[in-house]
Amino acid sequence: MVRPLPQPLLLSLAAIMSSIISVANLSKTYGSGFKALKNVNLDIKRGEIFALLGPNGAGKTTLISIICGIANPSQGRVLVGGEDIQTSYRKARSLIGLVPQELHTDAFESVWATVSFSRGLFGKPKNPDHIEKVLKDLSLWDKKDNKIITLSGGMKRRVMIAKALSHEPQILFLDEPTAGVDVELRKGMWEVVRGLQQSGVTIILTTHYIEEAEEMADRIGVINKGEIVLVEDKTTLMQKLGKKRLTLHLQNKVSSLPESLAHYELELCDDGATLVYDYDTQGERTGITSLLGDLRTAGVRFNDLDTTQSSLEDIFVDLVRTS
Amino acid sequence: MNHRAIRAIYLFEMARTWRTLLQSIVSPVVSTSLYFVVFGAAIGSRINQVEGVSYGTFIVPGLIMLSVLTQSIANASFGIYFPKFSGTIYEILSAPISYFEIVLGYVGAAATKSIILGLIILATAGLFVPLHIHHPVWMLAFLVLTAVTFSLFGFIIGIWADGFEKLQMIPMLVVTPLTFLGGSFYSIDMLPPAWRTVALLNPVVYLISGFRWSFYEIADVSVSVSIGMTVAFLVICLVVIWWIFRTGYRLKN
Repeated sequence: MVRPLPQPLLLSLAAIMSSIISVANLSKTYGSGFKALKNVNLDIKRGEIFALLGPNGAGKTTLISIICGIANPSQGRVLVGGEDIQTSYRKARSLIGLVPQELHTDAFESVWATVSFSRGLFGKPKNPDHIEKVLKDLSLWDKKDNKIITLSGGMKRRVMIAKALSHEPQILFLDEPTAGVDVELRKGMWEVVRGLQQSGVTIILTTHYIEEAEEMADRIGVINKGEIVLVEDKTTLMQKLGKKRLTLHLQNKVSSLPESLAHYELELCDDGATLVYDYDTQGERTGITSLLGDLRTAGVRFNDLDTTQSSLEDIFVDLVRTS
Repeated sequence: MNHRAIRAIYLFEMARTWRTLLQSIVSPVVSTSLYFVVFGAAIGSRINQVEGVSYGTFIVPGLIMLSVLTQSIANASFGIYFPKFSGTIYEILSAPISYFEIVLGYVGAAATKSIILGLIILATAGLFVPLHIHHPVWMLAFLVLTAVTFSLFGFIIGIWADGFEKLQMIPMLVVTPLTFLGGSFYSIDMLPPAWRTVALLNPVVYLISGFRWSFYEIADVSVSVSIGMTVAFLVICLVVIWWIFRTGYRLKN
């Protein structure tokens, strides 16, 4: 007789099936005693764009380095495509393309040679058509015979992406992909990343540009001081933590507000010319209607108003500050 | 076995040789030719035969070994040091490739280069002095064994070095003196007895002695001892490299 699997086991099995990377209890302590990662647990879903945010030194690069095989974990386990990164490193690593933060390139090689080298290194047979496609997608085709040393910083970054894509990985790590890249190129790179996601590649990116995460990511993880502070769907995160701000531009400046308005916790700005009210979009009542009524009763008049949603950046700064 | 990765590393390293042809091949050939002019012709003309062989001919195996040793170390150490220095080592470490395959790629290329160089120097020497090789197969065997062993040694130095100064230090301060004192230019029988005993502590003596035997059937020490010492050094290097990769020494955090 076949017994049904218990519910918790079924749930964890489902999680493993849908996640392409599974990090469990991962810790890293460097020789100096510095704890770069503290008991990190993280699952990356197949096909998503996952943005890992965190201040400098939070452990983003250490986490990526361990998953990719560049650094050894002190403790814990990482599965990539169901394969253990230590005992089954060949299978695990062949699924991954890595674009590190620093521009590490073979200065004297041609673009074509260095990208082809990467494909060979990952054990794939020669495929000039694929290399050509990758170079064309990244607008590098006309530079294919140029030595890397002659390329601009943005082009070198794209060469590194081309190297990572040369072996047709299922997972792409982009560690600060648009650092030092101008706005136009950055947007071009976002297009490339979206195209990759559509072709089924899972993308994990770390970034300092919050707008990049806001623009690109399906889910967001925040890491601080070696610990994962939160992992959430981007839209849920924005809704959950997002606050709205109502700004009222007053007809006449006021020096103080009447007692009857104290419970709204209003803030007077611009020497009493504007009034700011923060409210929670998730709350049962926003309090706007009663505020406007009470303002009229108190004789405070305004000639304009606007509302703004707090950005991911505000949320991030708040999180890092409180964690 | 990820043979495509080994091939990729091997060809990448060989491509560097062709790109730096002057430094890799031409420069050692020119300096060896100068040795022939200075030692073989200028000084050698005043020296009688050494163990039945003219002095110019006598120094040929030593000169080849001198170049093979130094170039094996230089090629292999630079080959692995440079990716560490430039940061491109990240790609090697994150590739689905075993440590053994990495070593095979780098050391294979470094050894190939110094074997080619050794043969070019041999051909160059043939222009200066008459040569007759008694045991060509053994000659090649010694050449390959030495090139591989010292490429492994160079690989270790390349991993150990954390600056260009260290990269140069071992070849300059240790290997070159040992090679000069290893009987490249003389038979250790020509040394006073006390110094002969000291010379026998120098591993390079065994390499040059064995190599010279394959040319002229004259040797300072027995051939089996020469082979034994070289293989022993090879094994030591392999053990050190195994330890390096096992611990991630200077490669992984």
